Amino acid sequence: MKTPYTSTAIALHWLMAVLLFMTFPLGIYMHDLPLSPEKLKLYSYHKWIGVTIFLLACLRMLWRLRHPTPPLPRSMPDWQQKLAKGIHHLFYLLLFLIPLSGWLMSSALGVQTVWFGLIPLPDLVGEDAALGEWLKAAHKALNILLLIGVIVHVAAAVKHHVVDRDDVLARMLPFLK
Amino acid sequence: MHRWHRPLAVLLLTSTAALTPAQAAEYSRFVADRSHIQFAYRQMGVPSEGRFRKFSVQFVFDPGKPAASRTLIEVDPASAETGVKDVDEELKKDAWFDVRRYPLARFESSQFRALGGGRFEIAGRLTIKGRTRDLTVPMQPRMDGGAIVLEGSFPLKRLEFGVGTGSWSDTATVADDVQVRFRITLNPTS
Repeated sequence: MKTPYTSTAIALHWLMAVLLFMTFPLGIYMHDLPLSPEKLKLYSYHKWIGVTIFLLACLRMLWRLRHPTPPLPRSMPDWQQKLAKGIHHLFYLLLFLIPLSGWLMSSALGVQTVWFGLIPLPDLVGEDAALGEWLKAAHKALNILLLIGVIVHVAAAVKHHVVDRDDVLARMLPFLK
Repeated sequence: MHRWHRPLAVLLLTSTAALTPAQAAEYSRFVADRSHIQFAYRQMGVPSEGRFRKFSVQFVFDPGKPAASRTLIEVDPASAETGVKDVDEELKKDAWFDVRRYPLARFESSQFRALGGGRFEIAGRLTIKGRTRDLTVPMQPRMDGGAIVLEGSFPLKRLEFGVGTGSWSDTATVADDVQVRFRITLNPTS
């Protein structure tokens, strides 16, 4: 571990992981519920977490630009290195696009997003049911892409730790050392 | 000078003959497409709005004779429209407007009062979902072409009228406060 991840990078990674594991299943669960106070609450929590992820993604991007990630093990085949980098870039893209599509969808469907019920986000698009439905489909498709990415990401991390026995997982999860 | 004096005199005479002062200032012909009743509320801190598509208005308003003015407004709560279909359907149910049992909400004036500065106040009784409450509504008229436009807004507590009962009575989710805004356009009584 010559150039380890900074503790800020590690904290941001796990914080966002926890938020994603909360808001992703919440999104699947809530959307089919009949209208109730519970549903309004869950939708709001989902949006609040989404906005938080969006802001953390901005912070993380800025941090990443100044603090390069440690290199992958030399033993990794070229295709695996490319796949790993590709998925990491995809994550950065999705962590912006998914909350953004949700925020715009909400505006298009006529419901403003108010972070924690206190801070209103501007409606960047006006009410437009057709656009709202399109954004809903985009939000869903992007999330499916994220789910596939996360499955590959987690499987690869476990494989590095258990099969390759290198430090790829441990450098992001220091207590494994 | 002489040439246009006579037509002017004729014009003045005919107009005074055609319009007595009382008629000139009384407005009672409702113009539906230039009128609205809207409501604003908050759910989970999100400012939200809706309107009633169907309502009937009987109105006689004379700015010079507030005591002779009166109104009866009836609103079809089933016509509430918020832009979110699920919400519109929910509002018809028993917990909200219970539109099967209470197909009309109504406001009936008891007294009009001039407040000065072109402002008026309408005292009356508001009935929603079978519950009646006294209500005083401020109103600011303005002229628009030949018509008079009456605008104003007033706050309501939805729970006082039993609107949103059961689990919906949780005001942390849907606020108790509802702001009603109205615009009623009236043409002169013909």
